[in-house]
Amino acid sequence: MRYLPLDEADRRHMLSVIGAPDVDALFADVPAPARLSGPVDLPGYAGEIEVERELAGLAALNRPAGAGPFFCGAGAYRHHVPATVDHIIQRSEFLTSYTPYQPEIAQGTLQVLFEFQTQVAALTGMEVANASLYDGSTACAEAVMMSRRVTRRRKAVLSGGLHPHYATVTHTIATAEGMEITRRPAAVDAEADVLAAIDSDTACVVVQTPNVFGTVTDVTAIAEAAHAAGALLVVVTTEAVALGLLKSPGEMGADIAVAEGQSLGVGLNFGGPYVGLFACREKFVRQMPGRLCGETVDAEGRRGFVLTLSTREQHIRREKATSNICTNSGLCALAFSIHMTLLGGTGLRRLAEVNHGRARTLAGALAGLPGVEVLTPRFFNEVAIRVPGSAAALVEALAGEGILAGVPVSRLDPTAGMDDVLLLAATETTSAADIDALVAALSRRIR
Amino acid sequence: MSLNSVGRPTRPAADAPAAGFASLSGGRGLLQDEALIFERDSWEGTGVDLPPPDAGAEDLAGLVRARPLSLPGLSEPETVRHYVRLSQKNHAIDLALYPLGSCTMKHNPRLNEKLARLPGFADLHPLAPVSAVQGALGLMDRLSHWLKTLTGMPAVALSPKAGAHGELCGLLAIRAAHAAAGQTQRRLVLTPTSAHGTNPATAAFVGYEVVEIGQTEDGRVDLADLAAKLSDEVAAIMVTNPNTCGLFERDILEISRLTHAAGAYFYCDGANFNAIVGRVRPGDLGVDAMHINLHKTFSTPHGGGGPGSGPVVLSEALAPFAPTPWVVHGPEGFQLLEETEAEAAQAFGRMTAFHGQMGMYVRAYAYMLSHGADGLRQAAEDAVLNANYIKARLSGVMSAAFPDGPCMHEALFDDRWLEGTGITTLDFAKAMIDEGFHPMTMYFPLVVHGAMLIEPTESEPLAELDRFCDALLGLAGAALAGETERFTAAPHLAPLRRLDETLAARKPRLTWRRTETGVAPAPLAAE
Repeated sequence: MRYLPLDEADRRHMLSVIGAPDVDALFADVPAPARLSGPVDLPGYAGEIEVERELAGLAALNRPAGAGPFFCGAGAYRHHVPATVDHIIQRSEFLTSYTPYQPEIAQGTLQVLFEFQTQVAALTGMEVANASLYDGSTACAEAVMMSRRVTRRRKAVLSGGLHPHYATVTHTIATAEGMEITRRPAAVDAEADVLAAIDSDTACVVVQTPNVFGTVTDVTAIAEAAHAAGALLVVVTTEAVALGLLKSPGEMGADIAVAEGQSLGVGLNFGGPYVGLFACREKFVRQMPGRLCGETVDAEGRRGFVLTLSTREQHIRREKATSNICTNSGLCALAFSIHMTLLGGTGLRRLAEVNHGRARTLAGALAGLPGVEVLTPRFFNEVAIRVPGSAAALVEALAGEGILAGVPVSRLDPTAGMDDVLLLAATETTSAADIDALVAALSRRIR
Repeated sequence: MSLNSVGRPTRPAADAPAAGFASLSGGRGLLQDEALIFERDSWEGTGVDLPPPDAGAEDLAGLVRARPLSLPGLSEPETVRHYVRLSQKNHAIDLALYPLGSCTMKHNPRLNEKLARLPGFADLHPLAPVSAVQGALGLMDRLSHWLKTLTGMPAVALSPKAGAHGELCGLLAIRAAHAAAGQTQRRLVLTPTSAHGTNPATAAFVGYEVVEIGQTEDGRVDLADLAAKLSDEVAAIMVTNPNTCGLFERDILEISRLTHAAGAYFYCDGANFNAIVGRVRPGDLGVDAMHINLHKTFSTPHGGGGPGSGPVVLSEALAPFAPTPWVVHGPEGFQLLEETEAEAAQAFGRMTAFHGQMGMYVRAYAYMLSHGADGLRQAAEDAVLNANYIKARLSGVMSAAFPDGPCMHEALFDDRWLEGTGITTLDFAKAMIDEGFHPMTMYFPLVVHGAMLIEPTESEPLAELDRFCDALLGLAGAALAGETERFTAAPHLAPLRRLDETLAARKPRLTWRRTETGVAPAPLAAE
């Protein structure tokens, strides 16, 4: 029991100081019928060697992205993370500290959060950003509920290009809060379709760019129309790298911008932990969910940072809080911020261009395959293609050949009527040889 | 005698500067003054080398940024130095006892970090074909088995991202169960005044009206008050056990009996599960739903405020309503139910894209395997022993909020003992910083005046507990001896002195902004 420092002599001494005969006496308040007399029916303690063996055995049953040609995206992207990032986030002072409740001894975390908020605001083109939420999908739900607080209206309209999981999460959480959520039919290129469902009780419309089918949309006109109807525009981005190249949500008139930040610094992790980016116009700041870090001074007038505007939060406001969130995604926000600091605006732009260029190569190769139709009209690093027959069956068959060929739309949304549509992403980690291998395998499978 | 590198012995000069000495640069010995990344001239730089793009972006004409993104990029050495300098301004569990009550700051084994980084877990796509992720689903299945066995509950929803997200999941399951039974008139949630703020916030969020339950003088739920407030309008009670006063609810069986008799469900806030894991199964207490903070009881690192992970165990009655996805056993190995269909036909929805905090599942499972059933039980016993030891050692001077009987994993003091000193709980907490310790949780729970909630966890050796108790007793002596300024002006020795939180809230400055002249804005000044 290598993690437990006390020995039997310590325990006896401590019990004598406490004045208890044995440790059972300390559990005297537990009703007798609920006391377990011995360990539950699970294995006993194990050394590092055994634990490592079991976990390595499980890991070996998985096919990691780096094991061969890989084209999965659909809200989680494989990017190269500089070695520096993982080294720094494992420093004890970042890894093993808590939420910075005592700012005098948490300036490391707090300054990082202030820099993170500034980076996120710049990326999204918004004025303020919070210190992160759990992930992009929950950030989307929080944005919809925030729009209700801002507008005092009750409905939200989600585009058919919004990631289906985001739509489901938003529906689950926001309807619980009493909102009415409408989702437009799945469509490759119809973000403006949200306007068809807008009415005088619409708090917000939610669009995504690049959307789940990879389509890039200038949403400026949607913003204007939403505003004319008294609704907010929420812009969702699931691929944060795209923000390095494309017009930012703020530039296009978004009121709230949310994004999945996993692409920078965090990695795939089978879906979590990730980091939700949340930014908005400054005038809405007091309606924001989640932790906020702000600048202030100490008793000697030196600059410092603290968690602020906590009167919005659950530990102060309790049932009147803007959100129930306590924990955020601090360490992932740190990873994101370090990667962003290494890249800078120049590096992120270059990274985005490399991604986009690689996707053009991929799309060109796919378009040349007989029987394959590239559906995405304007893309960043992901395209939807139509294949003959079931996309899911095709993916399964190619997985058997060691190629992870992407995500079938039916996996995300079986009701979309797009069983023959496959989503494929390319990033800076995709090689020309990967694309060649994919194309060769597809041409064998598709006739 | 120590020698320096050229063999000359060093010794302090007779005229060494007095305390209060200020450096010329703002640096303080090992502690560096570190500017923001925006305050250096690195706007065009980058610390990442990338290949040229395969193709241009002319196909995206009109869709690209009009002006390039303006964010600083630092070289790798500058980046490393920036973050290492910042890290040194943080307290951490790896540095010293971190007695934040209700937060369970325990040792984070590095083996778990290593295992979570195996490519088979860390480089795994959430939507890769199920045949390619059997090990990940297998791990989720084994983790579920451990959580269900340790809690004595039949089902678990793994996906909630943190404790509060787990509370939301539990209440949504309860709401769905009531709806399925036609019990839509149930609009109230009962919760004690001592509850975590997330409990009433979550209940209100789901549309329930929150009604507070009174507390007895010995820090427990007032059974008579609970019985009086239970009705067919009550959807659930939310009770933390052990509660936030660090006490086990002695009447817990009666609490759950009354709750169930009224047709309501028992949501247990599992934040304090560390005190009882391996000794008590919440399922034996009549709990219907309970979140488990993997980042507390099962030691996944807190990371400066997350990521957490908050799986929710569920009773037979609530299990059918658990959110998707579900891992199920199929003819060809594990399958994932991702839609509301088959066994998951009554699922209330989805808490998050994908499958929850896999990185935390790996760490928590490794932690469980390392401890085993016997080690987890021992850990709970040591956590409770350590808290009672602190309570015993400090009680002579500081006033325990509930002096009679043992506490569980945390010891609660109030501020009666500071009466007349002019020193508040906040002042006392800040003085602990000067002694090298992180302050305890303060002013929570709300039911105790000037609360000081100390949770040492099982990770502390006796010598560290004694060092901590000695420091607190020393401080207490100073407080009672009238050394007011040691406290009211504390901390004196931290990287910064006490911060002006009022100013931060009145003039929110949440991002760094470039000014007209391109230099940093003038510093905020206290008025």
